[in-house]
Amino acid sequence: MLSTHPGIAALRAAPVPHDVRPVLSLRGIAKSFPGVKALQGVDLDLFPGQVTALIGENGAGKSTLVKILTGVNQPDAGTISLEGRPLRFATAQEAARAGVTAIHQETVLFDDLTVAENIFLGHAPRGRFGLIDWGRMRREARAILAHVGAPFDPDTVLRDLGIASKHLVAIARALSIEARVVIMDEPTAALSQKEIEELYDLVERLKAEGKAILFISHKFDEIFRIADRYTVFRDGQMVDAGLIADVSEKRLVEMMVGRTLHSIFPERAPRIGKEVLRVEGYCHPTEFEAIGFTLREGEILGFYGLVGAGRSEFMQALFGATRPSGGRCRIDGQERAIRSPSDAIAAGIVYVPEDRGLQGAVRAMPIFQNMTLPSLHRTSRAGFLRAAEEFALARRYAARLDLRAASLDQPLGLLSGGNQQKVIIGKWLATRPRVIILDEPTKGIDVGSKAAVHEFMAELAAEGLSVIMVSSEIPEILGMSDRVIVMREGRMAGEFAREGLTAETLVRAAAGIGEARE
Amino acid sequence: MSATETSPGRVIPDRLTGPAARVLRSWETLLVAVAVAIFTFNSFASPYFLDPWNLSDATFNFTEKAMIALAMALLVIAGEIDLSVGAIVALASTAMGYALQFGADTPLLVAIGLGVGLTCGAVNGLLVTRMGLPSIVVTIGTMSLFRGIAYIVLGDTAFNGYPESFAWFGQGYVAWVFSFELVLFAGLAALYAIVLHLTNFGRRLYAIGNNPTAAAFSGIRVERTRMALFLLTGLMSGIASICLTSRLGSTRPSIGTGMELEAITMVVLGGVAITGGSGSILGVVLAALIMGLVTFGLGLLNVPGIVMSIFVGGLLIAVIALPKLFLGGSRWRRSPSR
Amino acid sequence: MIATILKRRETMLALAILALIALVQTRFAGFARPGNLAAIFNDSAVLIILALGQMAVILTRCIDLSVAATLAFTGMVAALVNAAAPGLPIGAVLLIAVGLGTAMGAVNGLLVWRFALPPIVVTLGTMTMYRGAIFLLSGGEWVNSHQMSEAFKALPRSLVLDLPVLSWMAILVIALFVLMIGRTTLGRAFYAVGGNEHAAIYAGISVGGTRFVAFTLNGALAGLCGYLWVSRYAVAYTEVAQGFELDVIAACVIGGISIAGGIGTVGGAVLGALFLGVIKNALPVAGVSPFWQMAISGIAILLAVAFNARSEQRKGRIILKSAEQAHAAPAPATGASA
Repeated sequence: MLSTHPGIAALRAAPVPHDVRPVLSLRGIAKSFPGVKALQGVDLDLFPGQVTALIGENGAGKSTLVKILTGVNQPDAGTISLEGRPLRFATAQEAARAGVTAIHQETVLFDDLTVAENIFLGHAPRGRFGLIDWGRMRREARAILAHVGAPFDPDTVLRDLGIASKHLVAIARALSIEARVVIMDEPTAALSQKEIEELYDLVERLKAEGKAILFISHKFDEIFRIADRYTVFRDGQMVDAGLIADVSEKRLVEMMVGRTLHSIFPERAPRIGKEVLRVEGYCHPTEFEAIGFTLREGEILGFYGLVGAGRSEFMQALFGATRPSGGRCRIDGQERAIRSPSDAIAAGIVYVPEDRGLQGAVRAMPIFQNMTLPSLHRTSRAGFLRAAEEFALARRYAARLDLRAASLDQPLGLLSGGNQQKVIIGKWLATRPRVIILDEPTKGIDVGSKAAVHEFMAELAAEGLSVIMVSSEIPEILGMSDRVIVMREGRMAGEFAREGLTAETLVRAAAGIGEARE
Repeated sequence: MSATETSPGRVIPDRLTGPAARVLRSWETLLVAVAVAIFTFNSFASPYFLDPWNLSDATFNFTEKAMIALAMALLVIAGEIDLSVGAIVALASTAMGYALQFGADTPLLVAIGLGVGLTCGAVNGLLVTRMGLPSIVVTIGTMSLFRGIAYIVLGDTAFNGYPESFAWFGQGYVAWVFSFELVLFAGLAALYAIVLHLTNFGRRLYAIGNNPTAAAFSGIRVERTRMALFLLTGLMSGIASICLTSRLGSTRPSIGTGMELEAITMVVLGGVAITGGSGSILGVVLAALIMGLVTFGLGLLNVPGIVMSIFVGGLLIAVIALPKLFLGGSRWRRSPSR
Repeated sequence: MIATILKRRETMLALAILALIALVQTRFAGFARPGNLAAIFNDSAVLIILALGQMAVILTRCIDLSVAATLAFTGMVAALVNAAAPGLPIGAVLLIAVGLGTAMGAVNGLLVWRFALPPIVVTLGTMTMYRGAIFLLSGGEWVNSHQMSEAFKALPRSLVLDLPVLSWMAILVIALFVLMIGRTTLGRAFYAVGGNEHAAIYAGISVGGTRFVAFTLNGALAGLCGYLWVSRYAVAYTEVAQGFELDVIAACVIGGISIAGGIGTVGGAVLGALFLGVIKNALPVAGVSPFWQMAISGIAILLAVAFNARSEQRKGRIILKSAEQAHAAPAPATGASA
């Protein structure tokens, strides 16, 4: 992985005092789920006033650890001790009472309740007869919101807030229980650059207040910016822990992956042919406007932008899943009206969605049935299913994608994230598309599968397929694309050729920094 | 990709379990065992049970409801539900009785019964698919509406005097002990089994029931399919209404009360997950058979019909609770389509 | 300010009820007389109590179809107890009814909680079982007025401050619900569990446990209503309140309680029940056949659910700056922001 922001190292925190005792200590924690050993012999120490970064690939056991720390799951073995005293968190409430709180990746809040109630749900201030004291709740909520710098009223219904504001509510909630230990699970994943800066300020303040912070992140730049210590997980085990000052980014990546990385991205010599797709003036009342571009044979077109820039929304409209308010789309020079996904499939455009669980996978269905779902007309005769044809098709793409599964009639939901993604890509390739849209194709899958997906993407392009890749990972965008379009706030913020493109250019375009300075 | 995993061209088997193992482990096998047990028990408990004509009579206990259950099964597999079927039966019957007052003949009566069924199905379908309303609430509403119209028309009166030729649908026999209703049900069940298990349409229902969003993203026209299912359920309710009206020979506004619950019970007992995405027609047919056998057996033993409801209610809960008890929440144990 | 109050569905519903009363009043003076309005309230008391209980269940994203059967069963037990031991104080009978209802609700709750069964199937099953149980208990016989003690029949009708005890019971339950829903952690847990199950777990709320409490509470209220119903009408039989569960759900839907859970207010449920009560009482006064009632409530349900869906509808994400200005979402207080 590349260091994306030069000069990050200069911002490193001051030396860490060595004499403090940990607030929270885990020793020998183990946890299994049916068929999976999620954690084995995990040790972890969290120190007051320090940020400990938890680093590991997806599936390394980070989220299980968070669930154990917050009392949602109970460990099979091992001890948790708070300031030297051993204890058990039987429920989330007990963990909260002990002062352990978490700010989750996806906000686990209640859309239909007010901000104040979201902050205090489960530990609302009580008045006489044990009844909830709404007046005090509002007052205290207002105070906490002011503390985290949130500009909205505690009576606002959460649904009316944007994602960054919801995040502030989650943080306010964490603070409302007077936590000693704050867990932040990829807190910056959905935030803009400005909001991330504000979050860093907040973390600094929490540190100053003596709270112990466990910071889970995939972004090495932020780990080096705000963490004091690190702990690396791999395959449910703790690999290493120490002070950030004593370790390099390269070393962290190696420990995380378990081998040295030479080149993650495949070498390719793109042979770009004639124009396949031309999009003109796509717009939508609230989500995006004036999107237009062309795509050629064998080309990989990257779409970069911050989360929430409207990339997925546009792609879904192009795929016919949502209806744009205007715009035209030509394939091989012929105008096609795309009003539904089946129109798009017929026109040769397919979409591998970002939200695999919701939009891609039919988890309880066998692998082969998932594979043939959009191509049933090909494997059937006169509307009647033909199992032999279905298996033949599934076998073909399973082999091509190097799928790992026990059998083809295994339910898709039993596979790992990476293998599920392979099935979903396979299902779309089986429709023999002209254009494949991959929306965050490697999000949430392990490094091994990631490389396989990248290699496969290169192969597809080499065979003449046109690829649109939506990604929020700069290395992926730089490593794979022939051309990059950057989107910001629902509009195209720039189009760049691969040659000479730098991470900084992308970040600037995505955040609109260049404009703001003029 | 770690070093140990690089073995290109690995072959993944199509299936791990053979057909025999799959049959043995299936829910349908258990239902067959239950049906056989009840059949055996009944034949020992009462000397009248094994009489072909008695058995034939017993089939009237379930044929009409089971016809509705066939369509309901498809609907539930696709993640929807229709609580208004009993009310559709009542409205279709009322419409036929009303037409009768103006001298409608048998073909016209049948056309009206089917037409009203389809229309009611269309109302449900449009409300669910066009306005995006939850089917359970919509059909609670239309249930009141459809039966309410029957009450407005009939009040506390009844329509009588259906023509002789109309009586054949509910009382006639095709051959020997095989009634028209039974033969019709068997034919429809075969048709439904073929549609659900052997066609693209059937496969798409499972996909929609499991994950409607992913189904839509796979190019399946989800709303159109749902609409078709509501129309189908309305049509089957119309057919059931013709049979029931013909068999009873009269129409009261309370006709078919509670049919929706019995049809849903058959569907759930037959192994269709109420949350959608799995189930088979064979299971539903077996469940209908079991319910018919139990009602008939209890009747022979002079046990009143309502006691049967205790048994059916208990069975319904046991059926969904037992697998959870023994299999421990393995959600994917039931394969969705075969 | 006025606009937001007008937009609230409770206000709209209250206005609709007032308009309805005014409309009937214009044609039949005396309908809006306080005495008559009190009678309508008294008539709706049972529906109000059950709608509140059902609301708790629906808020947690469940549904209880067995309430009417629970009511009938506890009512039958209360009547039988009274017939067998006329000397037993009414307080004890009431306690038995409520206790029994609580236990029956707890059975539903346990099945939903411990076995993670779909509530609709569970309560469909217990509904038929409870009905069957009434028949077993009573042998299909009626318990008539002359078998009941005077004290048994008098309680709901006796006046306290010019209002029958039945009405006071409803007022008491409303007051309890206002406190519980608004001011206790349990009440808020109902919303949390139905609003976002996943987040509720992280907030330390037991999802299954909360559902269990909701079902148990609903059962207790159904038990209370069992006594009230049977003593008020001075008769108990197997089919008491058959189909009443749908009226209860209708009241909730009309009152704006989202069937998807997490949304609804005490005021909404009460007004939904009153709306149905007013219609039921207005029809005979307005000279409309009471047979119209069912169809009207069906249409009310459909209108209400369509209305709910429109207000709950999610707009697309707002990404464009221009769209944000155009939409101008209800601006939060402008205090701290620069």
